[in-house]
Amino acid sequence: MTKIAIENPLEAYAVRLGDDALVLGHRLSEWSSNAPFLEEDLALSNVALDFLGRARMFYSYAGELRKDGTTEDHYAYQRDCREYTNLLIYELPRGDFAFTMARQFMLDVFNLAFLARLQKSTDSSLAAIAGKAVKESTYHLRRSSDWIMRLGGGTEESLRRLQDAVDELWGFTPEMFTMDELESDLLAEGVAVDRTALHDSWDSQVRSTLEAAGVTIPDASWQVDGGRRGLHTEHLGHLLSELQFVQRAYPGLEW
Amino acid sequence: MAASQTIALMPAEQYAVEQARRESAHPELWELLDAVKDPEIPVLSIWELGILRGLKVEGDEVVVIITPTYSGCPAMDAVAEDIVSALSAAGYTRSRIEMQWAPAWSTSWMSPEGREKLRNYGIAPPGEQALCCPHCNSPEVELVSEFGSTACKALYRCQSCLEPFDYFKNL
Repeated sequence: MTKIAIENPLEAYAVRLGDDALVLGHRLSEWSSNAPFLEEDLALSNVALDFLGRARMFYSYAGELRKDGTTEDHYAYQRDCREYTNLLIYELPRGDFAFTMARQFMLDVFNLAFLARLQKSTDSSLAAIAGKAVKESTYHLRRSSDWIMRLGGGTEESLRRLQDAVDELWGFTPEMFTMDELESDLLAEGVAVDRTALHDSWDSQVRSTLEAAGVTIPDASWQVDGGRRGLHTEHLGHLLSELQFVQRAYPGLEW
Repeated sequence: MAASQTIALMPAEQYAVEQARRESAHPELWELLDAVKDPEIPVLSIWELGILRGLKVEGDEVVVIITPTYSGCPAMDAVAEDIVSALSAAGYTRSRIEMQWAPAWSTSWMSPEGREKLRNYGIAPPGEQALCCPHCNSPEVELVSEFGSTACKALYRCQSCLEPFDYFKNL
């Protein structure tokens, strides 16, 4: 496996956004043929495809910036855990259905606001990708917020599972609003999105939906981060071992 | 167009593409590509669906510009292959596909004829004021799933004739 150094900040930014999308797309695709019922199976698989498509756009753009023939496949298949820079919340195992939908809801609210701002990026390629993706996120959010209400208002068990999911996820959410040096520099150029500015409206929207669903918002007494620095949970390695298996067993295979 | 006819509002970016086709120096290539259908909705050509955004000839190479409906649409690879083979069969052996992301595809680019073809095929077209069953035209319909057989469709059921049907979502 040839390692490539990512030194261009713009490439690194595109790869981050691609990593987020790919890892979530993979988690969602794990529901294919495993969802609670057929319609949900189709829906989750389709949402997974949207994220996979985003990953391809971000990775392809990153590869173009290098001008050395690096393709989307390189980023997806030839990097190890420590080179992946997705946020931790994206890589957590899919859990039960309530966990998958609670995470999806939190990310959909975030992504809709994030992409709306990325559409105004001074980088026209990132803006174009965001313009494509923001329309899809509108649909995703409508569906995931609907599920939050149904799980919350369903049975004691569905509410309990939803509550457990929110408790487990809450400490992973601050990382979404954290800026590091790379993103701050790109923000100064008008390329990146200011994540910190997205927090308050995310917080109030997520709280109001969860509370309407009967969920108690946890005390944010703990939080973890590290994804952007390549410091991941143990789960990412297992995910990659499945996602990358064929390319590792048969390097460069095409069909 | 006569003054008495209804003029459908068309988005500016769609008007630009249609004008480019009208003024193209290669009308035969556009017509050739009318034969390329969407693999999931074989009654619609890629032109009628709004996937085909432009074409140009560079030396002896034909460059075809397309845009995906949804970013993860798995049909795009098949569409690209179909374009290349349609051109190749007509003697244009050198061709290339360019993928365009912006402006993002919109159902508002679909022609009135395209919408009618969709309805006749059993898919409720996008952007109608009231969503009606494509089989019996009843407005009494219910949503079954936000996603149907593909990302671009939602699954509905008609409460009058009880038939399930796909609805091509507005995007």
